[in-house]
Amino acid sequence: DLSNSHFPLYNDQGSAEAAVEAGQETTPTSSGSGAAFGLFSTDFKKNEDLKEMLESNKESLKLEAMKRIVGLISKGKNASELFPAVVKNVASKNIELKKLVYVYLVRYAEEQQDLALLSISTFQRALKKEQLIEVIEKLLKDKSTLVAGSVVVAFEEVCPDRIDLIHKNFRKLCNLLVDVEEWGQVVIINMLTRYARTQFTSPWREDAMFDENNEKAFYDSDSEEKKGQADVKTYIMDPDHRLLLRNTKPLLQSRNTAVVMAVAQLYWHLAPKHEVSIVTKSLVRLLRSHRYIVVAFKHCYNLLSKQGMFEPYMKSFYVRSTDSTHIKTLKLEILTNLANEANISTILREFQTYVKSQDKAFAAATIQAIGRCATNISEVTDTCLNGLVLLLSNRDESVVAESVVVIKKLLQTQPNQHSDIISHMAKLFDNITVPMARASILWLMGEYCERVPKIAPDVLRKMAKTFTVEEDIVKLQTVNLAAKLFLTNSKQTKLLTQYILNLGKYDQNYDIRDRTRFIRQLIVPSEKSSTLNKYARRILLASKPAPVLESAFKDRDRFQLGTLSHSLNIKTSGYQELSEWPAVAPDPSVRNVEVIEPVKFLLKSALFQLQVSFTEKPSYSCSFGNATRKTQVVKMLVCSTLLLRPTPPPPPLICSPFTASFPTLHTALLSFTFSSPFIFPFSERLEPRASVTVSMGIDFSDSTQAANFQLCTKEDQFSVSIQPAVGELLMPSTMTEADFCKEQKKLLGMNETSATITMTTANTSSQTINKQVLSVANVGVAPSSQNNFHRFAGRTVSSGALVLVSLELKESSSALLTINTEKSIMASMLLQDLKQALTEA
Amino acid sequence: MIHSLFLINHTGDIFLEKHWKSVISRSVCDYFFEAKEKAEDPENVPPVLYTPHHYLVSIYRGKLFFLSVIQTEVSPLFVIEFLHRVADIFQDYFGECSEAVIKDNVVIVYALLEEMLDNGFPLATESNVLKEMIRPPTILRSVVNTLTGGSNVGDTLPAGQLSNIPWRRAGVKYTNNEAYFDVIEEIDAIVDKSGTTVFAEIQGVIEACVRLTGMPDLTLSFMNPRLLDDVSFHPCVRFKRWESERVLSFIPPDGNFRLMSYHVSSQNLVAIPVYVKQNISFLETGACGRLDITIGPKQTMGKMVEGLKVTIHMPKMVLSVNLTATQGTHTYDLTAKVLVWDVGKLNPQKLPNLRGSLSMQSGAPKPEDNPSINMDLKIQQLAISGLKVSRLDMHGEKYKPFKGVKYLTKAGKFQVRT
Repeated sequence: DLSNSHFPLYNDQGSAEAAVEAGQETTPTSSGSGAAFGLFSTDFKKNEDLKEMLESNKESLKLEAMKRIVGLISKGKNASELFPAVVKNVASKNIELKKLVYVYLVRYAEEQQDLALLSISTFQRALKKEQLIEVIEKLLKDKSTLVAGSVVVAFEEVCPDRIDLIHKNFRKLCNLLVDVEEWGQVVIINMLTRYARTQFTSPWREDAMFDENNEKAFYDSDSEEKKGQADVKTYIMDPDHRLLLRNTKPLLQSRNTAVVMAVAQLYWHLAPKHEVSIVTKSLVRLLRSHRYIVVAFKHCYNLLSKQGMFEPYMKSFYVRSTDSTHIKTLKLEILTNLANEANISTILREFQTYVKSQDKAFAAATIQAIGRCATNISEVTDTCLNGLVLLLSNRDESVVAESVVVIKKLLQTQPNQHSDIISHMAKLFDNITVPMARASILWLMGEYCERVPKIAPDVLRKMAKTFTVEEDIVKLQTVNLAAKLFLTNSKQTKLLTQYILNLGKYDQNYDIRDRTRFIRQLIVPSEKSSTLNKYARRILLASKPAPVLESAFKDRDRFQLGTLSHSLNIKTSGYQELSEWPAVAPDPSVRNVEVIEPVKFLLKSALFQLQVSFTEKPSYSCSFGNATRKTQVVKMLVCSTLLLRPTPPPPPLICSPFTASFPTLHTALLSFTFSSPFIFPFSERLEPRASVTVSMGIDFSDSTQAANFQLCTKEDQFSVSIQPAVGELLMPSTMTEADFCKEQKKLLGMNETSATITMTTANTSSQTINKQVLSVANVGVAPSSQNNFHRFAGRTVSSGALVLVSLELKESSSALLTINTEKSIMASMLLQDLKQALTEA
Repeated sequence: MIHSLFLINHTGDIFLEKHWKSVISRSVCDYFFEAKEKAEDPENVPPVLYTPHHYLVSIYRGKLFFLSVIQTEVSPLFVIEFLHRVADIFQDYFGECSEAVIKDNVVIVYALLEEMLDNGFPLATESNVLKEMIRPPTILRSVVNTLTGGSNVGDTLPAGQLSNIPWRRAGVKYTNNEAYFDVIEEIDAIVDKSGTTVFAEIQGVIEACVRLTGMPDLTLSFMNPRLLDDVSFHPCVRFKRWESERVLSFIPPDGNFRLMSYHVSSQNLVAIPVYVKQNISFLETGACGRLDITIGPKQTMGKMVEGLKVTIHMPKMVLSVNLTATQGTHTYDLTAKVLVWDVGKLNPQKLPNLRGSLSMQSGAPKPEDNPSINMDLKIQQLAISGLKVSRLDMHGEKYKPFKGVKYLTKAGKFQVRT
């Protein structure tokens, strides 16, 4: 406590001495004050040393100092007083030194804001939430697998309730998922689970139909039969709902347990009941592993009790003597949950081994488990009970005690039989010392005293003798037994009861005194207590409901599976509720992406045609989409079967994200990207002299780097390299003159490239200029109010970045050609091409 | 997500702390120490705890606790998995994951932690990517560094991290191109007193060591993939190819990695390579017990069983042992009460035997149950499940790589009840 009050005080002084000392003392586990004091004096000197080292000119000394400072930080010691000395090195050229300075800055920048040269967190704070959401919305549209994970993390942190931002990105996220990095997958899956629960209707319906064919049937509205079905309002799963389930399933094979759990919870919360079992094998994998069972178990609990799912894996959960107690108990819990009529005899045989375990806590847990099996499966109740009775003669006291407690509970469920067991327990009573067990036997005697009329009073007699030395719970039960016997057999027990009540009256424990007073008023007739007295028998000997033997892991249904909240069974901060299924699904069309897919495909990538023809000398040619700008590559080729495969490195140029969702052609491209070789659609057989044309799209990612392929035949292979002209990486964009100028102003400085060119006067007509520019670049003509100004606008096909071309005609046939775009490399290449075209013409 | 990390040794000293957001006082660990005290055995400490303002998620690896502090909702398995990755990376970098080694390399450890989490969210967790930024220490390099003032910090950003295949670094070049695959299987089994198998299953992994130039695209196929009951993959493996064709198609990381883990269930009749004939008895009266263990070959598929080792956790009352072994050496740890018999190779002609007497604490009751026998063993050049790699093909590169597959069977959690 002293150190706590000292800490801020010393810190204010800011002296080296105090800082180090404070760092020392806030360590609750620092070993002894003597050692701390010793360290303190050396550290004090060291810090002065460190300052000197940091101020020296030698890089190696600085580095050494920073290494030691990182060491101090890692030990939780305060090194803040070195801040000014460290910050000076922020501009160092040595990358290792720089990194260490960064480590230091991150640690102290917040505390030392006035000194911090660059405090990143202040920048962050300056961004308003609305602005943040805007950024997130923009980033959600990104099609890169690298961005998807991070942006969903940000979404969950900043605006998890803005479900509307997800609509348009839902299908894309589903399709990207398998290629996102593992940690991002977890966050995306969890978020999509929440999303799905707000957008789709419940598949947990009796009349639900899940045959995939029915999805087709849904669209196939012409058929009369189907119409009939629709009248009954059969549940039909939303195709997007199915998409989510289908695309998450492969991730059950992930090595990352968090991913596996995320998919499992998605299936639990979203899949039709009969499909949930798909996740079983993967969950068993988690439960088999000693690393994960403890955490995974709680999340699997709900699924364990589902009939049939885990039973085939029962033996995987058999206990080994070397397992830790924690794991043993969990495995026991699993086995108990899996027990049913069919396997109970196997399980009980296994339990017999556990009861003998040297780990007594585990043996006791096994006895409880046997009790639970006995109540859950009525066929084995008697067998279990007999087994437990045998355990009563066990040498270990804790085993006996636990058995007594469990037998007591079991007998309550079947009160009509088993007076033999009760009398057997009475015989053992003298040898049992564990208070809980003694109390349990006493309770049994009292409750069923009429079935053991001779033994019960005798037990009470013994208790009267030992009453004063018993534990409190035993005393309470003795009073209880006395009261019950007094009511049923007062002839024999009246005196004993009075004696015990008298002992209780003067007991040290006030609970016992209190209970004794209450019992006395209740059972002994007197003037005051007449009303209550009449009901004494009905109160004390009422038939009691049997206790329910159940697991401590039950009742976690209110939280999303796999969450921290679910694990702790409390609502943690930042927990997002999973909503109930809506009764009526919200409009599914919100997930439709505006542009119809094939069109978008045309727009988003440079389309070219690959023509394979068979003449004397078979050849292929390829051309870009626009007839005016045809690039041709011709090569000799003999074809029988055509295979197209990428040459290394597989071009990331063919971007999977938007090819994935398209029919035939795109699917083909997708597999083309990720698995090779890819057999082209026209591959069956080509007759000599036949020719085939195939359109394919390549996303060049706004770069003129060539896409490389091999065209393969059975005998031979040919390399194909397709390099687009820079102008082909654009698509026209229409804009007004005002917009053009506005956008142009935003793209100045680094984003502007220009050149002065000389043109012949004949070429300065607007018609010629337009023709020349359009032959080079796929841009659109933007209106211009001035005659000497020509404007063209386009966007890059891949990222959609604006490219603005303007040509200002000056005197004496010179002209200023300007290109404004963020893509500076493209700009310079385009400038070259345009320059050539305009001057030559 | 993950706010802070504390590394704590088994005696309860916090020897390293790292914060990714604001600093959290290490007094938060007191809640953990309380739970640790209660659990007695470190293995029994609950991995997820809550305190008034924070949540604590921890793992226990190599006698160290990795304790992370969480402030808002996150999947506990997410944190646990990440902490294990951190421990794996330490293991990978320093050869072991111990307090001494972490303290010796604190600067590298800090640099690693800085890269592995960004603002509390996992960033670079691939050993391949990390090694490009932060080179692991070697004796040679540390000598060179002290002489030249060089550093362990790479001066380029890893190109792989920003590509579609983040697990592989770009521009890999080797003069000798080679790809090795080790199929390693562990038999988990419980055998009862009479020698019947109560339960047995096989946990297998394929560890790969791939040093190939460029961007090789590999396809590994099996003779009998249907044997595999459950599989999990490194992210490089294409799920779809596995689903449709049962082949492993992947662009491998560079260097060592675990390609796949699999499970063969007991339904496929797991072969048990050895049998144990044992007789352990404690006399009702007198402070004495007897032990007699013989090990013999059962289903070894004609291969040599090596590295045979027997471990028995004796009941507390066994004070000392007086045993003779026909082969190998045996030791008895008096404090931990563990008997270890290092047998070595199993010679089918002359079966190894260990016998003798156990002396017990006088007056102590006879133990309820006999201790079980834990077995260790190794069989080279055999995958006990019968799994066989049929071929490895490479696309995308022109050279011919050197390929190799090795098989090894080990005992996993192999226990004989007595």
